[in-house]
Amino acid sequence: MIPYKKNYTTRKKRSQTLLFALFSLMSYSVVGILLLILGFIIVKGIGVINWEFISTAPEEGMTKGGIFPAIVGTFYLIIGSALFAFPVGIMSGIYMNEYAPKGKVVQFIRMMTNNLSGIPSIVFGLFGMALFVNTMGFGDSILAGSLTLGLLCLPLVIRTTEEALKAIPDSYREGSYALGATKLQTVRRIILPMGMPNIITGLILSVGRVSGETAPILFTCAAYFLPHLPNSVLDQCMALPYHLYVIATSGTNVEAQLPIAYGTALVLILIILIVNLLANVLRRYFDRKVKTN
Amino acid sequence: MNKIEAIDVNFFYGKFHALKDINMQIEERTVVAFIGPSGCGKSTFLRLFNRMNDLIPDTHLHGQILIDKHDIYQKGVAVDELRKNVGMVFQRPNPFPKSIFENVAYGLRVNGVKDESFIRQRVEETLKGAALWDEVKDKLKQSAFALSGGQQQRLCIARAMAISPSILLMDEPASALDPISTAKVEELIRQLKKDYTVIIVTHNMQQAARVSDKTAYFYLGEMIEYGDTKRIFTNPEKESTQKYITGRFG
Amino acid sequence: MRKPFERIIEGILACSGYITSVVIILIVVFLFREAFGLFKSPAVEEGYTIALNRTNKVSEDQFHAQTLKLVFDSEITNWSNLGGADEEILLFRLDDLTNYYSEEELGSNLENVPDCINKLVDSIPGIIAFIPKLYVASNFKGRLIEDVAITPKDFLAGKEWFPTSTPSAQFGLLPLITGTLWVSLFAILFALPFGLAVSIYMAEIAHLKIRNIMKPMIELLAGIPSVVYGFFGLVVIVPFIQKVFHLPVGESGLAGSLVLAIMALPTIITVSEDAIRNCPRSMREASLALGASHWQTIYRVVLPHSFSGISSAIVLGIGRAIGETMAVLMVTGNAAVIPTSLLEPLRTIPATIAAELGEAPAGGAHYQALFMLGVVLFFITLTINLAVEQITKQQKS
Repeated sequence: MIPYKKNYTTRKKRSQTLLFALFSLMSYSVVGILLLILGFIIVKGIGVINWEFISTAPEEGMTKGGIFPAIVGTFYLIIGSALFAFPVGIMSGIYMNEYAPKGKVVQFIRMMTNNLSGIPSIVFGLFGMALFVNTMGFGDSILAGSLTLGLLCLPLVIRTTEEALKAIPDSYREGSYALGATKLQTVRRIILPMGMPNIITGLILSVGRVSGETAPILFTCAAYFLPHLPNSVLDQCMALPYHLYVIATSGTNVEAQLPIAYGTALVLILIILIVNLLANVLRRYFDRKVKTN
Repeated sequence: MNKIEAIDVNFFYGKFHALKDINMQIEERTVVAFIGPSGCGKSTFLRLFNRMNDLIPDTHLHGQILIDKHDIYQKGVAVDELRKNVGMVFQRPNPFPKSIFENVAYGLRVNGVKDESFIRQRVEETLKGAALWDEVKDKLKQSAFALSGGQQQRLCIARAMAISPSILLMDEPASALDPISTAKVEELIRQLKKDYTVIIVTHNMQQAARVSDKTAYFYLGEMIEYGDTKRIFTNPEKESTQKYITGRFG
Repeated sequence: MRKPFERIIEGILACSGYITSVVIILIVVFLFREAFGLFKSPAVEEGYTIALNRTNKVSEDQFHAQTLKLVFDSEITNWSNLGGADEEILLFRLDDLTNYYSEEELGSNLENVPDCINKLVDSIPGIIAFIPKLYVASNFKGRLIEDVAITPKDFLAGKEWFPTSTPSAQFGLLPLITGTLWVSLFAILFALPFGLAVSIYMAEIAHLKIRNIMKPMIELLAGIPSVVYGFFGLVVIVPFIQKVFHLPVGESGLAGSLVLAIMALPTIITVSEDAIRNCPRSMREASLALGASHWQTIYRVVLPHSFSGISSAIVLGIGRAIGETMAVLMVTGNAAVIPTSLLEPLRTIPATIAAELGEAPAGGAHYQALFMLGVVLFFITLTINLAVEQITKQQKS
C-alpha cells in the first residue's frame, strides 16, 4: 500500500485557498496602484483644468496661466512623428509579411526591430541630437523632435502592421492571385483593407507613446518656455511631458506651480486614457465585425 | 460487483446536449471499450468518471455517477482524492518537462508521499509493471521528452499506475502511436485487467475487439448498445451498431 | 507599364523593410562619432596646464584624469608612488600664490605673476602646479605636462563622476553604472513577486470577465508616461519615504526602485502571462488527473514549463528599468556616488545624460563623456535584447 498521509488533500486544499487569496490580493493591489495614481492626479488636477487653463499661455514665470503652447507643441510632435513613422512603418510591415523571403531575412528584420524597440528613449534623444540637430543642422526644432519620436515609435508601428497582416489567412491572397491580380494589387485591394483595423489600433497606441515621451525631445526640440506658438517646423516648441518635468523639478515657486503641474499631468493622463480607450473600443468593434462576418 | 455505475446521465456543454439518458454498470477488473464515431460523446462520458469535465466552463451534469457506491458528484467530494483513485491516460503522450523518474514519482509527490526510498521502489515497480523498466533503467534522470512516442505513452500509463488507482481511464491511448508501439500498449492493457478496472475509448474497432471484455457503442450522445465484446462484434442487436462495426459509416 | 511600376514599389517597400537595421547602425555610428573624442580630449581644464619642477622625472604617462585627481586630493602624497624620486608632493594652485609672494611682488596688475610662478616651480623639486597657460612665462624653466589625457581606464574604472572638478574633470563610470544596476535590481525584486502573482492570477485563477477587465488596466499602466510616474513619485512616494525613514531628503534609490517597479510591472505581467497561457492544456490535465491540486499543477508543471518565458519577462523588465530616464531623474536625488544603501540618493546613467547634456558645451569632454554613457547604455540594452532573443529561441526549439 502507498503510505498516504492523512488529511493531506484537505491540507493542500487549504494552503491553495490561502495562496490564491494572496495572489488575488496582490493582483488587486496592482490594480489599486494604477487607480491610486490615476485617482490622485485626477482629484488634484480636476480643479485646475478649465477653458482658460488649456487655451492660454503660461504667465508670470509659469506660476500662472495655462498650458496652451505645450498642448499645441505636443500636437505638432504627434503629427510630425506620425507623418514619418506611419508610412515608413506600415511599408516596412508590408514588406516583412508580404514580400521579404521567409526565413532568415524576416528573422533578421524582426530581430533588428525588437532591438530598436528595446533601446532606451534617452539614447534616441542622444542620437536625434547628433544626427538631426547637429549633423543635419535642423537645430532644436519640431522637425528634429518629430523625426526622433518617429524613430522611437517605428518598431511599434512595424510590429502591429506585421501582426495585423499575419492574421489574414493565405486563402485570401491565393483567391486574389487566382483571379489574375498582381501582388501589389492583392496587397492594395485585399490585404491592406483587411488589416487596416488592427493597424489603426497600433497607430493609435503609438500616438499615445509619442505624446508621453520626454527624454527624446529634451535635446532635440523642447523649449523651457515659449510665449508664442511656433511658426515653422524649424522652431522649438513646448511639449506637455517636458513642461510637467520642468515645473515639477526646476520651478522657482513650488507652491504656485504645483497646481499647474497637477493640471498638466491630468491633461497628459487624459490623452493616454482616451488613446487607450479608443484602441480598445476599436479592437472590440472590429473583432465583433470579423466574427459576425 | 459493480465498480462504476452511471444513472440517468445527461450532460450539457452550455446548451448543447452532449450525453442523453445514459445508464451503465461496469464490473470490477474488466476492460470496457467505448466506441463510436467522432463527436458521439464517448470521450465526454469517460471524462465524467474523474470529473475532468469540471475544468471546462459552462458545463453541467444531471444524473449520478457512482464509484464504489459513492456519488462522485456529491457536494463535499474531494476531487483530488477521487482522481487519486481514478487514473487517466490521454490521447497524446503528455509527459511533464521533467526526468523520467520524476514523471512517475509526480503523483506520489503531489499526494504527499515524502519517503524517498518508498518512491524509488514504487517507481521501479510501476515501470516494470508498464514493461518499460528495461528500456529506461539506465536513463531515469534524463528528460522524458527524449523517449520515443510509444515509450512516452507507456511512461504516462506508468505515471497513472504509480499512485495505484483502482480505475484507469484511457482516452484513445494508442491513436498517436505506430503499430509496434500500439501492440505493446495493448498487451499492457490486457495485463492491467488483473488489478484495475480499465475503460478505454478507441476509434479502432480491432483494438476494442482485441483488448476489451465489454463494449459500449455511442452515437450522437446516446449509448446505443452495451454488452459482451464478442457478442457486440458478432451479433449486434441494433442496426446502427452493425453499420458502424462493419464500417459502413463513422 | 505595370511591371516597372510594381518593381519600383517593391523596391521602396524593401528599403523601408530595412529601416530599423539602418537606424540601429546609424545610432551606433553617431553615438561613437560624438563620444570617441573623449579619449583624445585633454583632462585638464581648458586654458590651464600642469607644470612640474624640471628635475621631476615622473613619466608623462602617469598623468591622466584619475591620478591627477588623486594627487590634487592629497591621496597620493609622494612622487615615488608615481614612479618618481622619493619626494613629497607639493600642490600648487593659483590661489596659493599669495602664500609665497606679497601683493607688491606680484605687481599691481599682476604683471609679475608669470615670473613668480616660474621661480616657484624652479625652486621646489616636489611641486606640481595647476596654472593658467596665460601665466606660463616665455622662459619657463619647469616641465610642462601638455597632454594629460582621459584614458579608457579613467572612464571605465573611475570611481567619481565630477565633470566640474579641477584640475581634471572626472568621468568615472562606476558610480553611475552601480547606481543604475542597483535601482534596477531592487525594482525587479519589488516587481517580480507582484508581477508573477498577477500573471498567475490572470492566466490561471481569475474569471474570464475579471481578466478581460484587468488586461486593459495593465496595458494602461504601461501607457502612462514616465514623466507622470516621476511626478507621482516626487509628490507622493518621495515625501512618504522621507517621513517613514526620517530622512533629510526622500529622494533616494528606494524611491527610484519603487517607481521603476511599478513601471516594470506591465512588461513582466504581459510577457509571463503569455508564457503561462502557452503551457499546453494536456499537461495541466495530466497533472490534475493524478490528483494534483490546481496550485500543485501551477507550481510543479506550468511554471517549470513556462520558465524561459518568465525569464525573458524578467530580463525585459530589467532592460526597461535600466533605460528609464525621466522618472528616475525626478525621484533619485541624482547624487553621483557609489551607493551603499537604498535610502541614499543615487544617480543612473540615463538620468545623468538627461540632466547634464543641456549644459555641456557641444564637442567638449563633458559632452563626449555623456555620449560615451549613451554608448554604454546602448550596449547594455542591446545585450539584454539579444539575451531575450536567445531565450525565446530556446523556448521554441
